[in-house]
Amino acid sequence: MRIKRLSAAASAVLLIALGACSSGTDKSASPEDTGPVSLTFWTWAPNMDKIADAWNAGHPNIKVTVSKQSGGDETAAKFLTAAKAGNAPDIIQAEYQMLPSFVAADAVADISGDVGTAKSEFSDGIWKLVTLGTDAVYGLPQDSGPMMLYYRTDLFAKYGIEVPKTWDDYAAAARKVHAADKSVYLGGFSSKDPGWFAGLAQQAGGQWWNVDGQTWKVGINDAATTKVADFWGGLVKDGVVDTQAQWTSDWNAALSNGKLLTWSSAVWAPGVLSSNAPGGKGKWAIAPLPQWSAGENYSGFWGGSSSAVSANSKHKKAAAQFIAWMNTDPAAADLLIKQAAVYPAATKSQALLTTAPDYFSNQADFWQQASAISSTARGFTFGPDVNVAYNAYKDNFDKAIAAKSSFTDALTATQQATLADMTKAGFQVAS
Amino acid sequence: MSTPAPRRDDRYGKGARAGRAGAVPYLFLAPAIVLFLLFFALPIGYTAYLSLRRTRVSGLGLGKGSRHEIFVGLDNYKDAITDAEFWRSWVRVLGYGTVVLTVMLGLALVFALILDSEAVRLARFGRISIFLPYAVPGVIASLMWGFLYLPSLSPIHQALHAVGVDDVNLLDPSILTFSLANIAVWGGTGFNMLVLYTALRATPRDYYEAARIDGASELQIAVRIKIPILLPSIVLTTIFSIIATMQVFTEPTTLRSISNTISSTWTPLMKVYRDAFVTGDLYSAAATSVIIAAISLIVSFGFLRAVRKRAFADEE
Repeated sequence: MRIKRLSAAASAVLLIALGACSSGTDKSASPEDTGPVSLTFWTWAPNMDKIADAWNAGHPNIKVTVSKQSGGDETAAKFLTAAKAGNAPDIIQAEYQMLPSFVAADAVADISGDVGTAKSEFSDGIWKLVTLGTDAVYGLPQDSGPMMLYYRTDLFAKYGIEVPKTWDDYAAAARKVHAADKSVYLGGFSSKDPGWFAGLAQQAGGQWWNVDGQTWKVGINDAATTKVADFWGGLVKDGVVDTQAQWTSDWNAALSNGKLLTWSSAVWAPGVLSSNAPGGKGKWAIAPLPQWSAGENYSGFWGGSSSAVSANSKHKKAAAQFIAWMNTDPAAADLLIKQAAVYPAATKSQALLTTAPDYFSNQADFWQQASAISSTARGFTFGPDVNVAYNAYKDNFDKAIAAKSSFTDALTATQQATLADMTKAGFQVAS
Repeated sequence: MSTPAPRRDDRYGKGARAGRAGAVPYLFLAPAIVLFLLFFALPIGYTAYLSLRRTRVSGLGLGKGSRHEIFVGLDNYKDAITDAEFWRSWVRVLGYGTVVLTVMLGLALVFALILDSEAVRLARFGRISIFLPYAVPGVIASLMWGFLYLPSLSPIHQALHAVGVDDVNLLDPSILTFSLANIAVWGGTGFNMLVLYTALRATPRDYYEAARIDGASELQIAVRIKIPILLPSIVLTTIFSIIATMQVFTEPTTLRSISNTISSTWTPLMKVYRDAFVTGDLYSAAATSVIIAAISLIVSFGFLRAVRKRAFADEE
């Protein structure tokens, strides 16, 4: 009902607006060369207005106004609706996995002609996330979420385990810890976080989507990802990893009271840990994710977002200029780090991070380690229906955990749901 | 009812009066009609229109003009009806609804009868405290019960632990239906009780006095007199509850984030939400909504037809 009412309200507003506009011809569309332009920017990172202020002070002809949004998923849905209605903002913060959906809906512009040499500022893995493997550039990377292993130094000593170098080590340690105390787990498997699983799949070398000429290749159950799913499926079946839904009060409690010894998470985890498990300050440290074979050194990405220019924008060039400044200029990077608390995507900007987060005061080289890990992270291209794949992941892995059934089957079901959706929509696909 | 005014009006002749009266009622009705059309008829029409369409992508689906909206006839309906998961969600709702309807309406009836009986003390306090949960918004109620269902903070688990029962998962698939129904019962009993109680208070007390003089006990009065009198109200509350049950959404959606046992299509309405806002397929969502509306209509009118003769015999 709410949808229906909203659409009706929207049409009512539209009717009134049409009535108001009907006198005289519309002259509001100002051409780009006449005087100052003003741009709106939808973002959910904190204090972005301060970054806009810094830009506005130096650029009287391009005024950026920040409109604070609630978060990734809601903003994506809202932006797609606004783009359809023709009143989208000029600039939008877009999570990497949402960008292809925006491109597919023709809601963001190709700015390859306006961003000059920006490509050289970013690692190849991250750059691919904004080009989707094509020649176009649909946005500039803003922040990134390379994954690493967060672990409790005190409890590792207590249970007599080493930091796991490989996933085999991890499995052995998981069994050892759980055998020592039935209420304690080395780590957890989250069926609520498809982005987390996607990061682990990236680490293993999975390629969920690929563009091949005019065809999408979908490989959610490719060999690398199947290996990851099987690994966790085995641990879940044996009951040696935690499977409770994450991000609940119980999960927070487990992180604080030592029932969970590790969390394979991303570079933004200190913020989560300090608010959800404040008691653990100074007890956690970071290490690279365990590897699939000894001697390898890879990571994946969980989260992170880009800045894109709306296809509706009347001032695409100006908008592209702003996002290029925000994501590559050292002064802007400094503000991004200090005010917006993001881990910047630009390689040079990452070096600006020097003082370890307060929560990790015990690990003085936190950012040096993070930067080293970040350089090993590999991403993959996201497809145009990540929403469908992510939703199928949640449903299928929820079910597999409850039934302790095969994770390979759950992964296959996720692949099939994604393929079926793309085929139904008319995409050219091959698996 | 005759007053001087209408008689004087007669002098102006029938034509003039009818003409004026003809426009005036519509003028008064206009706000309601406009609002009805704008916020009710138009959205329903738009939903029906959307349900017959779909977007069609060509090639990679990237870039300009690769996405079109096309007319697909009843394809969206066919997809919804042939989706086994959709019917499984109805089965789950049927189980859930059976629990909610029997327990909630049973409790509401018992509470209404108790509060109406002569013997009860603190009736006012009882009435308010039973009604109070109804004032709590569904999302808040679900969040609160969610905290009670999770083990680490919950007094329920502490109580179970005290009597030696451990390792109970209140969101386990086997008891999930009851845990969800519990929230609806907690929130809905008060409202239904109030409807029944109001009907009871509107009944002349003479009936009960006569019955008492004839030697009927309080229980006999309740079963033989009060419940038959309440029948129309019971039918009303049942229909409201059936409709609410078929549209259950808030509780499972809220609990979904803290549990691995609730899928994104656990109830029919959750499927609509998923299609419209998660996977971005407004067209399938529209078709499914129309089907849900049709089923709701059939079930509630079916129920009304089945019980009308008994419940409303006096009034016909």
